[in-house]
Amino acid sequence: MTLRALDPFCTWLAATSLSQAIQTAEWIIPAVQTVHILCVASVMSSVLMIDLRLLGIGARGQTLESVASRFLPFVWWPLPLLLVTGATLIVAEPARSLENSVFVLKMALLLGAVAVTLVFSLPLARDASFWELTAGRRWSARVLASVSLPLWAAIVFAGRWIAYTQVS
Amino acid sequence: MLDTWLQALQDSALPTAIREGDRLFPWIEGVHVLALSLVVGSIAIVDMRLIGMASRERSVRQTTAATLPVTWCAFALAAISGGLLFSSNATTYAHNVFFQIKLLLIAAAGLNMLSFHLLLGRGAQTWLTVADTPLRGRVVGALSLGLWILVVACGRWIGFTLNAVT
Repeated sequence: MTLRALDPFCTWLAATSLSQAIQTAEWIIPAVQTVHILCVASVMSSVLMIDLRLLGIGARGQTLESVASRFLPFVWWPLPLLLVTGATLIVAEPARSLENSVFVLKMALLLGAVAVTLVFSLPLARDASFWELTAGRRWSARVLASVSLPLWAAIVFAGRWIAYTQVS
Repeated sequence: MLDTWLQALQDSALPTAIREGDRLFPWIEGVHVLALSLVVGSIAIVDMRLIGMASRERSVRQTTAATLPVTWCAFALAAISGGLLFSSNATTYAHNVFFQIKLLLIAAAGLNMLSFHLLLGRGAQTWLTVADTPLRGRVVGALSLGLWILVVACGRWIGFTLNAVT
């Protein structure tokens, strides 16, 4: 990888007064990570509840539309907060993430997971019974659910691995 | 006495492998984060229903029926993975104040949940309706939410108060 090309930017960012302030106050990073993990909890649990319904394992007594409308907001609204807390961690230690190929992988997986969630939720917003109309659509919805769960889980694993794959 | 036992634990084969290997610890940690996110998230769904913040169109009973299996499976996974992480450095973790507080908070959250289930048995009809929960339900929900947020915070603070990778 040529992530080392980001060296000058990372050095500049780490020297800014904002980065210095975060680095100096010892409580900020664990506090921001706590908020980050709480948002992860919201996203992961909500995705799981929707996917269990899609796979026909859970919540079979409810329509897909009611499960989705209950849990989708808890997938979407933590995302801005995840970006802000994640960005704060990057400002504190720019090279730790930006020059780390696992971080790049995590962002790619995130785009994939968001895309899969949109592919599921946009048609559902137009037509509540979209994924239940034909056998093909029911099958597609199950495929989406089986792709979505491992994808989100991989993001969590990649996030933890960033701490163990530091470029020196 | 306890330290002797903890030392023997961390000297045994699997904990040693976790401590000395490059990959085992991060993988188990990944499982732990994934599991705890599902524990906290699925419990938060019930807490927010009790408080009246979400799922108000469904009864408390309906909400717990959907989430409890997730909570228990994820909790088992979190306890096993957490136990393995603990075993790799048992003596250090046992003396870490945030680890100690975290265990106490989990116990408190468990007692809080137990009190909720006892309440549930007492006024069964209340929890089958879609109306607002009584004050005691809202208190239990708010307490649970607060306790689990503190558990996550303590977990993160453990990493910053050990001489290990954070």
